[in-house]
Amino acid sequence: MIRIASGQAFWGDWSQAPELQVRSGDIDYLILDYLAEVTIAILDKQRQRDPTTGYARHFISDFGDLIPEIADKEIRVIASAGGVNARGCAEALLVKARELGVTGLKVGVVEGDDVLGSLLGESGPALACSPLEGDSPDWDGIASKMTSARVYLGAAPVVEALRQGAQVVITGRVTDTALAVAPVLHEFDLAADDWNALSLATVVGHILECGAQSSGGNYLENWRSVPNAEYIGFPIAEMHAPDCAVITKHESLGGLVTVGSVKEQLLYEIGDPRSYLTADCVADFTSIQLRQEAPNRVEVTGVTGRPAPETLKVSCVYDAGWKVSGQITYCWPEALSKARVAGELVRKRTERKCGDRFDEWCIETIGAGACHRTIQEVGEEPHEVVLRVSARSSDRSACEELGRQLVGLVLTGPPGATGYAGGRPRPSQLRAIWSGLVPRDEVKPRVEVLTS
Amino acid sequence: MMARLFLLAHGRSGDKGDIVNIGVIARRPEWFAVLVRELSAARVEEFLSPIARGPVERYELENLGALNFVVHRALGGGGAMTLQLDAQGKTYAPALFHMPVELSEELAREVKVHWGEALPADCVVSDSD
Repeated sequence: MIRIASGQAFWGDWSQAPELQVRSGDIDYLILDYLAEVTIAILDKQRQRDPTTGYARHFISDFGDLIPEIADKEIRVIASAGGVNARGCAEALLVKARELGVTGLKVGVVEGDDVLGSLLGESGPALACSPLEGDSPDWDGIASKMTSARVYLGAAPVVEALRQGAQVVITGRVTDTALAVAPVLHEFDLAADDWNALSLATVVGHILECGAQSSGGNYLENWRSVPNAEYIGFPIAEMHAPDCAVITKHESLGGLVTVGSVKEQLLYEIGDPRSYLTADCVADFTSIQLRQEAPNRVEVTGVTGRPAPETLKVSCVYDAGWKVSGQITYCWPEALSKARVAGELVRKRTERKCGDRFDEWCIETIGAGACHRTIQEVGEEPHEVVLRVSARSSDRSACEELGRQLVGLVLTGPPGATGYAGGRPRPSQLRAIWSGLVPRDEVKPRVEVLTS
Repeated sequence: MMARLFLLAHGRSGDKGDIVNIGVIARRPEWFAVLVRELSAARVEEFLSPIARGPVERYELENLGALNFVVHRALGGGGAMTLQLDAQGKTYAPALFHMPVELSEELAREVKVHWGEALPADCVVSDSD
């Protein structure tokens, strides 16, 4: 039997989760996902400034101290903490291992996801790329502004690193599900075309990839019923055979695992449920059978699937100008009316100074329909309202001007304004994502194992 | 009884580019048929029109007693570009659960038994009983 434990769902997830997964009971694999779509773009930018960066450094601070324990307990760790510098991340982890007196730690590095050079070759693109969505902007219009192009690798190179004895595998861009599919492939010695087993492993990966979202976090069915949420347990998949998994959690931790909590996560970020496409297979979510076999134990069976597609997804990031966003709070009386008037004041004053240099404006009133607009009725005058003003422009200075105008409202606009203490909102660079497909055969993953 | 969809279903929403998907799960297996009947793609598209341009596609997962709605052009250009507060459509599932649904007398009884004293008062739009 193997136990695969989720310990991180994005860069910024609960910092104590890896430690609680390692210390609260038996596990065989700890999987840590750090890469949301836009995380790669941010890391690329960091590495342009400093070539030693470009990975999720919290992996070193949150997980690093656990190295002696995972070495002792023989827990294997798979982390997409590598970002755009998996090797640098592995080296930083080895430095940490030496500091802690652990020798002989084997750290696998999975790279080869970077295809920017092949897509933007000087003699034209060496790699063909087609857009994933019909209304994506034209390739030619964005190619010159592209800062990153990363392919979602599947489980195969991670399995190769495990096979070479890596106790910790650090990856760049791999699919979130690959982190869980790899241990299943490695432990059960599956045939490469056992699409049903690969699909079950992929479904398990989907249930684990968002951490506590399947064990009581963000649980809409009944959030009040979640026990001991302060120490919420992240999900764990137990597998005796490759056709059945049980989703559970450490008994001593909080949270819950119910059919409802697992269903909510299964439906998260999917399209056509009959075709959940990954680099490893096409899983059919309409085949999944769930059963509450005991408290906090949900059995997953029946999963079928089809062969992996001939193409891999590539996520390209391009510079799309600047945006700025800031907030001011208005209180009773007439909080909403004042916030609305103030929003228009800022816009008029900024446009008078900057002309039509803005591509888009967004003026929202938090506490009065910012999330759901007119879907929900808003009381006539809520007791307090937060005005949020945002805009984007190719011109950074226009965004700076809006930040100044917003703070200037405090003494020049309606009364009862507060909550601007964070200072002037500053422009941030907008990074847009263009998703496409590239032929699988032309992507060459690289695997290397380093030893402390 | 006219009640919010929230009494019959739970679920979650998330983003992919400018698309938001909303998973709608029947709180009791026998209520899945009600969801199938009440929640046409067209009705969902109309209800969400203040926050999404559409179109909307509907998929059925009878095995999970759930529907999946794929809502296009929902985020003002997508998670990385959008200016709106809810840049990733996290609140779109609750938005849909605000939809009023007419419950038959029998279904209204079942709903009241299911929730008991925990029935949220703000999810009952009108009740002739």
